[in-house]
Amino acid sequence: MTETMKPLAITLTGCAKTFADGTKALEPLDLAINAGETVVLLGPSGCGKTTTLRIIAGLEQPDAGGKVMFDGEGVTPLSIEKRNVGMVFQSYALFPNMSVAENIGYGLRLRKTPTEALRARVGEMLAMMRIEKLADRRIDQLSGGQRQRVALARALAVRPRALLLDEPLTALDAKLRDALRIEIDELLRRLGITAVYVTHDQAEAMALGDRIVVMEHGKVAQIGTPRDIYQRPATLFVADFIGTMNRVQGRVANGGFVTAAGTIPWAGAPAHITEAMFRPQDISLAEGGDAHLRGTIAAAFFLGDRTRLAVNVGGEKPLILETGTRRDFKHGETVGLRIDPHGLLSL
Amino acid sequence: MKRGPAFYAQLGFTLFVCAFLIAPVILSILAGVTVNYQSGVQSGFTLRWVYAVWDGYRDTIFLSIGISLACLAGTLILGIPAAYALAKRQNAFSRALEELLVMPVAVPGLATALALIVTYGGVGGFRTSWVFILVGHILFTLPFMVRSVLAVLSAIDLKTLEEGAASLGATFWQRFFHVVLPNCRGGILAGSLMVVTLSMGEFNMTWLLHTPLTKTLPVGLADAYASLRLEIGSAYTLVFFLMIVPLLVALQWLGQARPTKFVAEDE
Amino acid sequence: MNRDGHRLTLLLLPAGIFFGAFFLLPLAQLFHIGLTGKEGWGAYTAILTDRNYFSSLLSTLGLAAITTVVTLMVSGLAGVFLQRNRFPGNGALVAMLTFPLAFPGVVIGFMVIMLAGRQGLIGDISRFLTGDKIVFAYSMAGLFMGYVYFSIPRTILTVMAAAEKLDPKLEEAARSLGASTWHVVVDVIIPGLKPAFISAGAICFATAMGAFGTAFTLATRINVLPMVIYTEFTLEANIAMAAALSFVLGAVTWVVLAVARTAAGSTVAAAG
Repeated sequence: MTETMKPLAITLTGCAKTFADGTKALEPLDLAINAGETVVLLGPSGCGKTTTLRIIAGLEQPDAGGKVMFDGEGVTPLSIEKRNVGMVFQSYALFPNMSVAENIGYGLRLRKTPTEALRARVGEMLAMMRIEKLADRRIDQLSGGQRQRVALARALAVRPRALLLDEPLTALDAKLRDALRIEIDELLRRLGITAVYVTHDQAEAMALGDRIVVMEHGKVAQIGTPRDIYQRPATLFVADFIGTMNRVQGRVANGGFVTAAGTIPWAGAPAHITEAMFRPQDISLAEGGDAHLRGTIAAAFFLGDRTRLAVNVGGEKPLILETGTRRDFKHGETVGLRIDPHGLLSL
Repeated sequence: MKRGPAFYAQLGFTLFVCAFLIAPVILSILAGVTVNYQSGVQSGFTLRWVYAVWDGYRDTIFLSIGISLACLAGTLILGIPAAYALAKRQNAFSRALEELLVMPVAVPGLATALALIVTYGGVGGFRTSWVFILVGHILFTLPFMVRSVLAVLSAIDLKTLEEGAASLGATFWQRFFHVVLPNCRGGILAGSLMVVTLSMGEFNMTWLLHTPLTKTLPVGLADAYASLRLEIGSAYTLVFFLMIVPLLVALQWLGQARPTKFVAEDE
Repeated sequence: MNRDGHRLTLLLLPAGIFFGAFFLLPLAQLFHIGLTGKEGWGAYTAILTDRNYFSSLLSTLGLAAITTVVTLMVSGLAGVFLQRNRFPGNGALVAMLTFPLAFPGVVIGFMVIMLAGRQGLIGDISRFLTGDKIVFAYSMAGLFMGYVYFSIPRTILTVMAAAEKLDPKLEEAARSLGASTWHVVVDVIIPGLKPAFISAGAICFATAMGAFGTAFTLATRINVLPMVIYTEFTLEANIAMAAALSFVLGAVTWVVLAVARTAAGSTVAAAG
């Protein structure tokens, strides 16, 4: 591959966005994206992630006072066509009036690339995305997955300083999404390009991001590596949004967390907490004295390779756990639960 | 499917409506090539009346073609940019303008023509030239061009397409010429056919706007219907049909060809 | 992207200037001229106070209303039938029914003459059947026939487009609940087509109000407003009255279209 460009560092300072109708889409945001890293903006719809991406792209101007810098150089007033960033859209935004090859070559054509070089680069891109056979197709003859490959090729053909992806996989079905996600991940690592990736899908975020920025109501809830965010969520929102989080109420006493359904041994528990949190995989079924908590089964879902259980322990919500045992579970049956102390969290 | 009496009753009714519309067309075509319509087709066929029309009204045919093409140019130049701006911008001003653009269609042509005459009738060279008629035709046909282009522009995801082009470095005008225009070709074509057809047949305004030296085809038709024998009127109508039928056929063909959509559909 | 905003305004400007100069300004001037006659403001109320003008207004409104109702019934029946039944020749029928789409008023008038004029088909048939030659082209009835002729093609197109979009599942749901054919028509099909009927009807009405070519071809003696305006302007040279009348005619027509558009909830397709 001939991508030898120096990757770009992107810095946002005090970037807020208020739309013309008065909606506050983004509170003042500071964000530093390192050269060559993949940052995922993650959150539910309306959290400001797409607005952030569009400010980086130059499709939106931040409110007065906000600054966007590329490698320390201010680009705030530049519109997108002058920023040389590659962008991939959820709806692909491929030009229906151009063939696949023409789409991929469009950015080069605008840059007045000589025909030979243009043709070579388009060929290279087609090969990279393994869509050589589609070169002369019309856009409406392509499947969704093929369209997204063309969109990626088109964005990368101009050797952009950074790649911005706005929910690129959302319009695809689950299987295809998984396949393309792996491909995009591999591509981003191989190219070493700075990438900002917007998604509402936490699995996508975990798989692709060097760092994840979790956003809520126009604010950053937490920034960290996928592991950080999963294992040490900063807020309840992050804990709930990333994976499944069990919560049980109680108090700390005698080196344990005392709940209505039993006591969980927890040596280092902070004294003031009233809620303990743990992931489904930190719960196992246990008999007799091994069990920390006792509860009744509220629902059991047989998933084939495992069974997902919802167990009522007198808290606000039942605890969720998964087990590989082959036995049948009956609604209302009493079970004992054991919690792995390493998985215990509090806020 | 079982076809009961209801089906045949409706079919009969539809055929009757069809006959109502088509019979006079056939009759007038026949009359245009019949030696003497009063005594029927037995009197024989002739192209005499068509030649008479050609001799007497040739100028109106050329003027109508000229005006309709000029009208097309005018509506393209004024209409496409306006449609694009209207598609991009939805605010009170653009909605008001959209409403305004339709007015010359809603307001009777007679009123528009009178308004033009009382305002610009005194401008000698303008009043007596064919451009005076052209202005009326553009007023009347512009909404059709704007609507037709606007319909296509609102059916495609214009905003994302333009953002895609911009992300690759395209400036405002490059986006307009490389992405916007090619993608509303269908609407421009449909609008163009409509504009030419309507301009060719416009009478309500033209009758007041024309001068003895600027007679268009429909004005000539009215003239012939009023003062000449039925056969010449028919032959003239025949000429008119020959001119607009290709346009109408093209319009119908275009209406049937479904525009390709710009939406994501997945395998 | 504020600069783009300026560019968009720039793109609207040519059409805006053209419209201002050749439509809004002339209309204002027309309104002004309407006031300059000896009647002053009276010219604008004359349409209600002068018995002749008022009767023209009434007959014009009546003609437009009847044209609209008849056109909608005829086109509704034929349009729905053609959309819902596929049979050999269907396409040809649709093509024929929409063929007169762009005939100008004068040609429509001539078509009426071919049917109901002195040498017309209807007269020939009636003479063959009863010995009496029926000729009605040069009257209000002829004008009515012309307007229906003119309005059928575009109304059928609108109805067919709307009928195509009717969700067949609604009808199936109604049938599953035990609705008879009659109830399906009244409760599902007609309500589904209502917006199309309203928009197509408004166009019919506006055309019948303002069209001039057909009446002109048939006879100058038919008492409808466009003819009255034309007579005032050319024969009486009463420009002020002609201006006032045409302004009122334009306003009435425009209001009808605007009301229909609001009622239909969507934009009434522009059509002439």
